[in-house]
Amino acid sequence: MLRYIVWRIAVMIPTLLIISALIFTIIELPPGDYFDSYIAELRAQGESVDSERIQMLRKEYGFDKPPVLRYFHWVGGMLHGDFGYSFEYELPVRDVVGDRLWLTILVSFVTIVFTWLIAFPIGMYSATHQYSWGDYGLTLLGLIGLAIPNFMLALILMYFANIWFGTSIGHLMDQKYLGQPMDWDKAKSILEHLWIPVVIIGTGGTASMIRRLRANLLDELHKQYVITARAKGLGPFRTLVKYPLRMSLNFFISDIGSILPAIISGAEITAIVLSLETTGPMLIKALQSQDMYLAGSFLMFLAFLTVIGVLISDLALALLDPRIRLQGGSTK
Amino acid sequence: MLECGAVGMVSSTDLLRIEDLGISFAIIGGPIRAVRHASLRVLPGKVTALVGESGSGKSVISQAVMGILPHTAHITGRILFSDPETPGETVDILKMPRDGPQIRALRGSRIGKIFQEPMTSLSPLHTIGNQIGEAMQIHTDASAAERKARTEEMLGLVGFANPARSYDMYPFELSGGMRQRAMIAMALICRPALLIADEPTTALDVTIQAQILKLLRDLQAKFNMAILLITHDLGVVANIADEVVVIYHGEIMEAGPVEAIFRRPAHPYLKGLMAAVPHFDLKPGERLAAIREVPVNVESLLSKRKVSSSRDREILLSAKNLEKTFTTRKSDWLGKEHKTTVRAVDGVSFDIRRGECLGLVGESGCGKTTVSKILMRAVTADGGSVVLNSATGPIDVLAAEGAALRELRTRIQMVFQDPVSSLSPRMTVQDILSEPLEIHGRGDARSRLAKVKALMQAIGLDQRFIHRYPHSFSGGQRQRIGIARALALGPDLLICDEPVSALDVSVQAQILNLLKDLQKELGLTYLFISHNLAVVDYMADRIAVMCRGRIVELAPREILLRKPVHPYTRSLVAAVPFPDLDRPMDFKTLKLTGAADMRAWGPQFRDDGEADALAPLDLGGGHLVLARRTADITELRPC
Repeated sequence: MLRYIVWRIAVMIPTLLIISALIFTIIELPPGDYFDSYIAELRAQGESVDSERIQMLRKEYGFDKPPVLRYFHWVGGMLHGDFGYSFEYELPVRDVVGDRLWLTILVSFVTIVFTWLIAFPIGMYSATHQYSWGDYGLTLLGLIGLAIPNFMLALILMYFANIWFGTSIGHLMDQKYLGQPMDWDKAKSILEHLWIPVVIIGTGGTASMIRRLRANLLDELHKQYVITARAKGLGPFRTLVKYPLRMSLNFFISDIGSILPAIISGAEITAIVLSLETTGPMLIKALQSQDMYLAGSFLMFLAFLTVIGVLISDLALALLDPRIRLQGGSTK
Repeated sequence: MLECGAVGMVSSTDLLRIEDLGISFAIIGGPIRAVRHASLRVLPGKVTALVGESGSGKSVISQAVMGILPHTAHITGRILFSDPETPGETVDILKMPRDGPQIRALRGSRIGKIFQEPMTSLSPLHTIGNQIGEAMQIHTDASAAERKARTEEMLGLVGFANPARSYDMYPFELSGGMRQRAMIAMALICRPALLIADEPTTALDVTIQAQILKLLRDLQAKFNMAILLITHDLGVVANIADEVVVIYHGEIMEAGPVEAIFRRPAHPYLKGLMAAVPHFDLKPGERLAAIREVPVNVESLLSKRKVSSSRDREILLSAKNLEKTFTTRKSDWLGKEHKTTVRAVDGVSFDIRRGECLGLVGESGCGKTTVSKILMRAVTADGGSVVLNSATGPIDVLAAEGAALRELRTRIQMVFQDPVSSLSPRMTVQDILSEPLEIHGRGDARSRLAKVKALMQAIGLDQRFIHRYPHSFSGGQRQRIGIARALALGPDLLICDEPVSALDVSVQAQILNLLKDLQKELGLTYLFISHNLAVVDYMADRIAVMCRGRIVELAPREILLRKPVHPYTRSLVAAVPFPDLDRPMDFKTLKLTGAADMRAWGPQFRDDGEADALAPLDLGGGHLVLARRTADITELRPC
């Protein structure tokens, strides 16, 4: 197993290299660079363009060099934590992302916990009471949650949050704390605002998770080993938790691979509608304005999280399922 | 119907008494009445066998006793349980609330149950120690250490050589027989008064079946418990039961002591069932009496194939020194790798003559299916050669490519074990039967349709069913469709891999007779693979016995089963239970280590680790035995 982990980590290096080359190429593909779009924007606003300063900046960031050199410069920088410079914000990428990253992780983490807390009991109820009124009702509710677009739900909830609770519209905190250092009042304000994005982003995820848990559990519920457990005299709830639920967890664990990147980049549209201080809207803006180092580093980070997430879910599967742990590697 | 002497006296001593039980399932289109007015009893400390085909309602009754029927079941009648531990107290199981504490206190504690499929009835994610000890955890206040000690004691009782180590093993690390033992340990750990065994040996090999039956009998005597044995195998019944109850279509046909039932079967259904089971005493040419016979009509197929008797002795397929090795790799958390190599097929040679049926028997895992897959080119052999002498000239089976391989595919066809999963559920009978013809570009749409109809007629399937899908057929009908599909291209050789082991006894006889008739009418050649010696004996002209990838004995059927020479063949034959009270199985001579354990064989049959020490020796009359080259043939020869 140790050898397997080392091997998997070794394979990650070429994988990430290939991804970085792809990201760089795609960002380079559109004609021009950040400065071209910057000049165009200034001209459109009727402002004068200091072409000398632009040329200087171009030189400073190596835009006069061939792309291959710039690629290696970028990759080399990332290895020692230098993610490049954001032209838009005129700050190093690290400083731009920093604060937002923590807020994003907070929102996503709470959302995931919210999803699990709601989805698991409902999924278990639906599966054990298949075709009952409760099952139908919860299924309908789930379908509604799945069908309503997030941005619409966001608009509706914003309206009612303002009317009923007097919570100000938009943002993850009260306007006056924006850009302020973290303190108790700011933290309280964040918690006050947090539930709206969590409910909005969580609804769709909860509904689909209920569906999947129900389907997986239904497959397991009629297996012979469940009857064996009942024939032993085990109570219905303990039987459910110990045997079929445990068996149907595999899908859930293999999901970790996709949950990790989603923590950082998920729910962009909701974030834009609610003008949340998360990383999603920032990524979209960076891609639009060809702020290449910000966008590139961001995408690299997502790729890294995906690769790590898949590794973690594979190891967790091996840990939880003895069949995978002990039977692997057999060949025909 | 029960032969009770003084009704009042006996009823108080019955451990389990089922009175006028009716079970129906509510489904769309009206209820299905699975059990009707069934009454039976189980005496304490006795084995009562409930015999019937699948769908007869026998398993449903056992589920009703445990209270584990599905929600849709509607039950009437009474199931009275008198626990000998609380004398004088009789409870009606049907009156207890579903899954309530009362019934749960009985389950696993006073009534234990073992199931047919040891592969699926244990959770793959929990160790067997955990699953066995759980029954004790539910019903007693024993501490964790006590539970572990008791579980290990039980594991030892059911035949685990090293209980402490087995405690932490997962079910998939055990063979089918060992899993069934673990299952028995789980059912018996709380010392129940009644054990319900639902087809406990059906999924096991004959030698393992004999061991499990012996174990059940020993434990039954040791704990003085009653067993309700549910089975369709009359051989098992004759060897283990004290009382027999025969059920057919949800109704009890006949009940009584085993002596009365076997010596004087009264009901025609039971008589029919007894005549449908193949056994070793069939005279050559004697036919099984299938309960529902299928007429064979091959006239429309015959025009294409004429069998000339002069070619009867010609060798159709010759396999020489087939080799196949499988490698499994296992590694632990620290990266140590254990490679295990299994020689699935090890120097297998045999000839199949045109028009004969060669039987291939052996326990599961002996390599018989791998051999068939090599012949079908589904598995690539590591070494050896196979030559097929088809009408158009010899084909090198293992090397054929391109057009030769396509030609080969039409010459060898296969009938599979599972008639459910081997037919596509999305194709009609017509699609299934004409697909081989389309693949090989035979004829046009009209001639293909005619051929499909002829095939259906040949297997006795009504032509009106041509547009039906496989799910609307019974297991036996599906297997007939599988046979027709294999016949569509007019092959020389038909490989039948356990074609009847998934079928009921009565249907089994019907399929075997169909295969026999087709062989006679069409001059087919069969390679018939089975683990059931009696079935092979009924079908085959010559029989090859495989053990650990090698053919240990090959002889004409009259010789092999009556005068076997090799110790492995002998223990296989000895393990077959006869549906005959006068020929009980000899449980004493059963080897606990299994028939394939070489150490128990005579020195002339062992290679003792030497390579190339064993060779097939000819005892005359086509009787080959794998033994040491230096062994004396006259000593080996059966007397």
